[in-house]
Amino acid sequence: MRRIEEAVFKALMVISLFIVLGSLLAVILVVVIRGAPALTLSMVTQVPQGGFYLGKEGGILNAIIGSLYVATGATLIAIVIALPFAWYLNQYAGKSRFADIFRAILDIATGVPSLLYGAFAFSIMLAIGAKTSLLWGILTIALFITPLLARSFDEVIQTVPFKLKEASFALGATRLETVLYVVSRQALPGILTGILLAFGRGIGDAASILFTAGYTDSIPTSLGDPVATLPLAIFFQLGSPIPAVQARAYASGIILLAIVLILSVVSRVLTKRYMKYVIK
Amino acid sequence: MDATESVAPEIRVRDLHVILEKREILKGISVEIPKNRITAIIGPSGCGKSTLLRCINRMIDLVEGASVTGEVLIGNVDALSPGIELTELRRRVGMISQTPNPLPMSIFDNIAFGPRIHGERDSKTLDATVSRCLKTVGLWNEVHERLYDPAAKLSIGQQQRLCLARALAMEPEVLLCDEITSALDPISAKHIESELLAIKNEYTIIFVTHILRQARRIADHVIFLYLGELVESGPAAEIFSSPKDPRTKEYLEGVFG
Ligand SMILES: Nc1ncnc2c1ncn2[C@@H]1O[C@H](COP(=O)(O)OP(=O)(O)OP(=O)(O)O)[C@@H](O)[C@H]1O
Ligand SMILES: [Mg+2]
Repeated sequence: MRRIEEAVFKALMVISLFIVLGSLLAVILVVVIRGAPALTLSMVTQVPQGGFYLGKEGGILNAIIGSLYVATGATLIAIVIALPFAWYLNQYAGKSRFADIFRAILDIATGVPSLLYGAFAFSIMLAIGAKTSLLWGILTIALFITPLLARSFDEVIQTVPFKLKEASFALGATRLETVLYVVSRQALPGILTGILLAFGRGIGDAASILFTAGYTDSIPTSLGDPVATLPLAIFFQLGSPIPAVQARAYASGIILLAIVLILSVVSRVLTKRYMKYVIK
Repeated sequence: MDATESVAPEIRVRDLHVILEKREILKGISVEIPKNRITAIIGPSGCGKSTLLRCINRMIDLVEGASVTGEVLIGNVDALSPGIELTELRRRVGMISQTPNPLPMSIFDNIAFGPRIHGERDSKTLDATVSRCLKTVGLWNEVHERLYDPAAKLSIGQQQRLCLARALAMEPEVLLCDEITSALDPISAKHIESELLAIKNEYTIIFVTHILRQARRIADHVIFLYLGELVESGPAAEIFSSPKDPRTKEYLEGVFG
């Protein structure tokens, strides 16, 4: 009887594994198969030329660079806010009710759909009369990924063993020194992973910047210029009735996937590198 | 040993009371700890040995709601006075804990950590400090080729010696050792013991141990605590050969604890 139970559960686990891996593979396969023919060198080296959206010359360098700008800027802002926030939550607020409330708020904030962050930013833009731009794209994505990042920093920092902080205090370190040089050092692999995941979320999100970043065929030269992004490039090209343009949407998808893949490889390498120092 | 002829006391504890979670853990301890000697604190589990140590470097502050009254004079500074600079106190009073707790960084950085946070920036000085401290604890030959490897890679015994070296790097006057050999194999424990013996003329060492033989081997001076009270203290030779209090006698004979 118990052996049957075991077999059934094992089968269920294997099936769920296949569902997860299978659907991921299916998505990648469809994107690659449909996009590969359109993935030419000019796709990644040129901005759209005349008639690009009708299937003629050009590429999506504007959106690649745009996405990198937006995601990098947003990630930097999010780090600058989320890291001190997580430090404070752990080192000073401790287990107080206040910290619990903050964590609950963060959890809600991470559950809010990115579209709503976009709508919120857009309403502010309307109120102050701002135009769609790189700056607003960055701010919107930052708004969306900061709670994610704060929560993930908080999680890893919470796992730092008390004895490490104790060791640091016993050497005469202040709370600040302890959190900067000991706690963060121990949590570094997790912090890096969190950053790269947040960057991935930021670069892949279309809904939040739909209204705030704008779209343009050129590469922005200042924060005030509108900016094209990969998710929106995919969105617009997919909507075209012309098959060649649709194929380019998938090719853009491949590029986005490749960026995310590179990120996750980089994150693994870095994590491994800093894991060595972690005290178990 | 001519250990405890009248030496100027380094630490004077006066009427020290500690209350944790409404329980009185230390019930008015008064004792003098001689300078540049090894003082062993012995007593059954739970009698307050660690608590006493943690008052000396104020790590007791980390326990929420702890109430500590009395005086702990180190030289002529009261460690318990509210205005004291904790970072400087902890520089003067190093602590090594029961289980090795290296920091999540390289061997070098572990030892340089203390000097760095206390303001030492010069890399030559730091290099010199690191090699001096590693030599003192007998770790130099084992690790000098991998100073930048993670401390986590060292064996437990090596880690504990690293922690000793790390405490020494701050040039403390007092070393608090709380059962620092209890997690180690016998050979590593012996290493630590002999290193403490080798440096005891320069440091006031307070050594908590459960192992009476170990106390006999290294202590010059002994403090016996029982249920939060100081039962007896004095030169090791006297305490071990002719304890005055019956409770000390019973403890030494292994009747309890
Ligand atoms: N954080 C704390 N909160 C409440 N009580 C505590 C705390 N830490 C220790 N105690 C209590 O204080 C008493 C003395 O503890 P302490 O750790 O000083 O004993 P010890 O002599 O070092 O014992 P051992 O030999 O087992 O290490 C014990 O009864 C313990 O339960
Ligand atoms: Mg103890």
